[in-house]
Amino acid sequence: MVYFRSDNILSSLGTTTEENFTSMVSDKIGIISIDDPRYYPEAFPASIIDQTTLNKEFNIIANKYSNNDSYTKLEKMLIVSIYNALSKTDIDIKSSRSAIILSTTKGNVDLLSSDKKNSYDSKRVFLWKLGEVIQEFFKNPNKVIVISNACVSGVLAINTAAMYIDFGQFDNIVVTGGDLISRFVVSGFMSFLSLSPSACKPFDKDRDGLTLGEAAGTIVLSNNPDPKQQSIIFKGGATANDANHISGPSRTAEGSYIAIKKALRQANINPEQIDHISSHGTATPYNDEMESIAIERHGLENVPVNSIKGYLGHTLGAAGIIETAILLEEMRQNTVVKTAGFKESGVSRPINIIDYNYDKEISTCLKMASGFGGSNAAMIISKV
Amino acid sequence: MNKLTIKRYCHIKNNRIYVDGELMYAYKKAEGLRAFAKSVYRYLKPSYNRFFKMDEISKLGFLAAEVLLSDFGKSTYYDEDVSIILSNSHSTLITDQEHQLTVDDYDNFFPSPSVFVYTLPNIMIGEISIRHKFKGENTFFIVENFNAELITNHINSLFLTQKSKAFVGGWINQSESDYEAFMYVVSADGSIPHNTIEISRLYKLIS
Repeated sequence: MVYFRSDNILSSLGTTTEENFTSMVSDKIGIISIDDPRYYPEAFPASIIDQTTLNKEFNIIANKYSNNDSYTKLEKMLIVSIYNALSKTDIDIKSSRSAIILSTTKGNVDLLSSDKKNSYDSKRVFLWKLGEVIQEFFKNPNKVIVISNACVSGVLAINTAAMYIDFGQFDNIVVTGGDLISRFVVSGFMSFLSLSPSACKPFDKDRDGLTLGEAAGTIVLSNNPDPKQQSIIFKGGATANDANHISGPSRTAEGSYIAIKKALRQANINPEQIDHISSHGTATPYNDEMESIAIERHGLENVPVNSIKGYLGHTLGAAGIIETAILLEEMRQNTVVKTAGFKESGVSRPINIIDYNYDKEISTCLKMASGFGGSNAAMIISKV
Repeated sequence: MNKLTIKRYCHIKNNRIYVDGELMYAYKKAEGLRAFAKSVYRYLKPSYNRFFKMDEISKLGFLAAEVLLSDFGKSTYYDEDVSIILSNSHSTLITDQEHQLTVDDYDNFFPSPSVFVYTLPNIMIGEISIRHKFKGENTFFIVENFNAELITNHINSLFLTQKSKAFVGGWINQSESDYEAFMYVVSADGSIPHNTIEISRLYKLIS
């Protein structure tokens, strides 16, 4: 069995999963208006990590490792997140039986910009190099496995880690993910006209696009449970392609439907056993509609569904990881978190979108993700 | 359960295409990927207008799949049973640089969604999926050098967990000065055993 041992979220709402969860249930939103020409000529809403706070957190850790090297913002974010997640476990990251999987869409992409080009070794922009920098910091003996599969990267990385542990390739895998708010990404999404002018409103009738977020997240998986805590295990996971369009989802939710079907099959459970769904919920008109179709096609329309993108925005390579961390905290606390930004349903299928926080016994959950390239992912996790 | 085998493989490098190690097409001019891809399109004649919207690295992946999958026998598989697992070292760096040039200077600011959408390596997987109606598993790995063990283990694990029956694996890379494609089909009906040693050997076959 593969156990969820520890997790972390580093975002504008805190440096631990617990801090982020507490902020969310007390209605704190991490999205603010960013007016900084380094990112975009006009103000835009986003959730962003404060560099000074990050440096403070990072320096404490770097001192413990007697490390004086220079690190980029994203490298610091990932290192702090991994460190915080590992510090809650007895897992030996220096063991050859421990591996790291990194989920990122663009890595240190800010180093491509004309004003930063010469600030680091030019190799630093390669995603495998980002993996190497993290590997060397933690002195892990294995090459970091880097997955870059658009917005499903995070869920795909967790599915992959669970599969590798199941087959005995490793005993422990640290799955980490992150992406930056950069001029590259903000300008790209702006050109796509897919950003909302205000904090995003998943599944709402007035939803008008996504909000970008900056975060790092970490999930530690192991073949060994922690006897001191309630065990939550990986039950099944899959990805599937719509084979339909590279920048828009399938109108029949084909790929998402297949991914959920395969995840249910591997988990060997029926849809009725799902207590709670954490959706991708980007708040673009097409994504949320597509997810409602996938949910209904599996007969899951009564299951409470949320999206946490209204708190932290779409954090790209971190999204699947931090959303799984919140899902794990919901399971530990038996509390479902409402969908910030949602008021009235704007999807065609009658799904059960959570609009207030409440206590509920949660045993088995479905995590969904979708992204560019027609990619979709699903994962099922359960208490034992 | 059937054993996995390598059914077919192709290399594209130095403006030449090799299928199962045999030269299939050579472009005589010493031009870059853009001109080469165009000449291969003219040679294969797939009549596929989407091709002209793609960035250069997606064109490379698309063309590798065209020559590789001509005798695939797609009708013997469900759409969801064919998976694509690819890798490279440069992600979409060349297209990233193209997009970056359009956003560096606010006095000359013209980002384009048709360029931006190609700044993700798995878009190539999406293009191949659309063309061949493959709806199975997708993963794009970024590695410094081709890693036969990583992809072989990944494909074997997906097969053993019954996620998929046939696979397209490979390495599709574009750097500032060069490009390289190595793509192969893994299924039950080939003749070469599917393992790390064979994949490494085939990768190095054309130098």
